[in-house]
Amino acid sequence: MSNDDINGKSTATVSTDMTLGEQMRARGVSRRSFLKYCAAMASMMALSPSMVPRIAAALEKARKPSVIWLSFQECTGCTESLTRSHTPTVEGLIFDSISLDYHHTLQAASGFGAEEAREEAMKAHYGKYLLVVDGSIPMKDDGVYSTIAGITNLAMLKEAAAGAAAIVSVGTCAAYGGLPMANPNPTGAVAVSDIIKDKPIINVPGCPPIPVVITGVLAHFLTFGLPELDDLGRPTAFYGQNIHDRCYRRPFYERGQFAETFDDEGAKKGWCLYKLGCKGPVTYNACATTKWNQGTSFPIESGHGCIGCSEPKFWDQGGFYRALSEGKLGTVEGLAAAAGIGAAIGIGSALLGRSGQAGPQAEIKAKLDKDLEAQK
Amino acid sequence: MTHAQTALSGIPVFTEAAPTGNVSPLLHEIGHALTRLAATGEPTVIDLRGIPMAPGEEDRIVGFLGRGEIEARLDALGPSEIVETAYPGVWLVTHFNEADEVMAKFVEVATVPTLLATPEDDLHDSALRLSEALDRALSNEQGN
Repeated sequence: MSNDDINGKSTATVSTDMTLGEQMRARGVSRRSFLKYCAAMASMMALSPSMVPRIAAALEKARKPSVIWLSFQECTGCTESLTRSHTPTVEGLIFDSISLDYHHTLQAASGFGAEEAREEAMKAHYGKYLLVVDGSIPMKDDGVYSTIAGITNLAMLKEAAAGAAAIVSVGTCAAYGGLPMANPNPTGAVAVSDIIKDKPIINVPGCPPIPVVITGVLAHFLTFGLPELDDLGRPTAFYGQNIHDRCYRRPFYERGQFAETFDDEGAKKGWCLYKLGCKGPVTYNACATTKWNQGTSFPIESGHGCIGCSEPKFWDQGGFYRALSEGKLGTVEGLAAAAGIGAAIGIGSALLGRSGQAGPQAEIKAKLDKDLEAQK
Repeated sequence: MTHAQTALSGIPVFTEAAPTGNVSPLLHEIGHALTRLAATGEPTVIDLRGIPMAPGEEDRIVGFLGRGEIEARLDALGPSEIVETAYPGVWLVTHFNEADEVMAKFVEVATVPTLLATPEDDLHDSALRLSEALDRALSNEQGN
């Protein structure tokens, strides 16, 4: 193992002086391998194949950034997902592209050694490291509900964020609060963006996010810097498309052919799952094209509707098996009307607290939020 | 075929797949790219994973294109298959990782797929290494 292993003190000597191109040549990686790697990256980052030369040129000059990964109120599902990435593999990413200096599940060091590695990396790369967070942050009772080495998640996040170049919130918990924030939110869980206001934050939601989307966002940051984000802080390259629009079962929807139960003729024939609660129409993610398990399949292809896990508050939207049309808003018409009302009084952008372009999507969400409040 | 795919295909489940309607436009796109290549020499690369496909549709595209005269295998970060289709100038490029999992699949419309040509960066180094190897061989011979 190289000195870039995420292992205690050895990481303090991270070789950030060589560019990726130089490092790959030094390791005997052929030009063809490098170009193949770039082509796979382009496909994974949902970029046009014509971008391969630009990716190659950018990666050639890139330097390994120090990455500090903090896990807060989470289930480790996001890390499990990360380790399933096949393009690039997490090993490939750690050894070739980034210097993962702290990740309490993956690192070999433990106890004081581990915390020392985090402090040293923060000091050595102050202002330059990439901070990755998975899990939400409990705020109730001074944040005592989740601590690492006796430090509350809140204190650790604030300290680590101060020296970060940018923050990547991996998973719906870090991005939007996730399951810990679900009603009645006993620990007062919030998202990273609710606490940190002065750093660029990239949200990579999903429960968990698609493996190659996690590594793809890191690769994108490495190659081109901050990616273009939508109004919910998600990279448009991966979250720019609607599940329903990209779903191979969409033709059944158009023809009005729906599965009514999970074992009827329609279900067996692979018809549209809209009536069984599929949230595809209001969900933005790459599942329908990138798919899961090395491109094998995705939930809808396996016969289950989308639960909308990359959207804020997906857990409190009235049930995974209730059709969108009979959701909290009653009917599709009701949903459309709600969107109209939201737009009229500008509730969307106000509630979301984000600048500019709150689209219809955001307004529907705002209305859902308001409904939730009213129910309390 | 990866291990996972083999195992999945062993499960006897049949689902009706409605055509996405993407097969024929994609084949036309390839056709237009081929015409452009013939007229101007401009190559095109199309990412097969970029558009939604119902189960079996990718196989239909690959089947329609058929197989041509050349099959090349590249060993770099895992294998890659570079296969000429029955339509000269249309190539299927499939990249696998070290675990034989498909990383990316492209249709490349070009006279020579990019990865088959010797990269220019390697040429200089290659000439240097060959002359060094020759010198070594020569001095060994003289030594004997």
